[in-house]
Amino acid sequence: MTVSGVALLSICTLLGVFLGDLLGIALGVKANVGGVGIAMMFLIAARLWLVRRGLLSHGLKTGVEFWGSFYIPIVVAMAAQQNVVAAAKGGPIVVIAGIGAVAVCFAMVALIGRLSGRVETMDEIEAREALEATVPHFKSGRIG
Amino acid sequence: MTMISHILAANSLLTAFAAVGILMWVSGAISKYLTFGRIHGSAIAIMLGLVLAFFGGIATGGEKGVADLPALTGIGLMGGAMLRDFAIVATAFEVDVVHARKAGAIGAVALGLGTVVPFILGVFVAAAFGYTDAISMTTIGAGAVTYIVGPVTGAAIGASSPVIALSIATGVFKAVIVMIGTPFVAKMIGLNNPRSAMVFGGLMGTVSGVSGGLAATDRRLVPYGALTATFHTGLGCLVAPSILYFAVRAITGG
Repeated sequence: MTVSGVALLSICTLLGVFLGDLLGIALGVKANVGGVGIAMMFLIAARLWLVRRGLLSHGLKTGVEFWGSFYIPIVVAMAAQQNVVAAAKGGPIVVIAGIGAVAVCFAMVALIGRLSGRVETMDEIEAREALEATVPHFKSGRIG
Repeated sequence: MTMISHILAANSLLTAFAAVGILMWVSGAISKYLTFGRIHGSAIAIMLGLVLAFFGGIATGGEKGVADLPALTGIGLMGGAMLRDFAIVATAFEVDVVHARKAGAIGAVALGLGTVVPFILGVFVAAAFGYTDAISMTTIGAGAVTYIVGPVTGAAIGASSPVIALSIATGVFKAVIVMIGTPFVAKMIGLNNPRSAMVFGGLMGTVSGVSGGLAATDRRLVPYGALTATFHTGLGCLVAPSILYFAVRAITGG
């Protein structure tokens, strides 16, 4: 049933938000601490458990995945209701933080790549796989 | 005319679905025909959303963007905390633990760095622009991680709407630069194999940015980058409003 997926998702989200609030109180802040992240971990655990028991039905999957596919439209709606007029006054901060973050991350991709040594490029992998694919063809005669 | 606006207002959530749907459809067309797929439709849709919120704010003088227009109050519900958390949690369902292991240690390192480094940078930029309270600094820092982590963090720790809007805009801007810039720097940063694509996905984070950027570089790399990038939002939503917020608060003292 589709509703079981929606219910599972609701239970995980509610539990996560609840624990996030509890964690916030325990840490002495008026905030939800990592509620969404905790809920995500519940959902991943629930999925693993269901798969192992063979209980992951098509309907259940549909119920969860529908909402998963909905998150970009929801983010669009979220963007459309922000106080952008006030934010526009802080304009350059967006450009500087955005460009800075990307530049630093690009540099780190290069750095990690250099530090971890050479690996096969995509072209080399495809060349090798193409070669491997042709070899057994010569060895084994086609049966049937 | 009054009848139409009455129907729209009475079915506000349905109106919101329709409005956002049309907006996404238009954005998809812009992405396809004006940018030739270089900029992802979703990033364009979010930018258009921010632009509409700007004009909505000017037209109504309110603080809630287009949600202040009577016919579009449903946008407030659709993009509100409840459905937003619900939908973001749902995306975790697609995370395959078996695939996660494949990304391995290097993916985890990239993910960790990809969350912390942009965050720190964002916090410093926020500080440079005169934001001194831990909540605003954390929210803007989280926006430099991704445009999802920013508002989720801001809502969790109680940031103001202008600050949340800034953090969304920062994240979207980052995604757009990743999409446009990746093909140009691909050679320089060694983006030609699955492993570097996984590192790239973990560091850059934004799924739309990563998949758009990698698609423009080399289509075969997309799944590897997307694999690590999908963990980015979850990790960010977990650590930004908790550990990272406490770290900022401890340093700034409030």
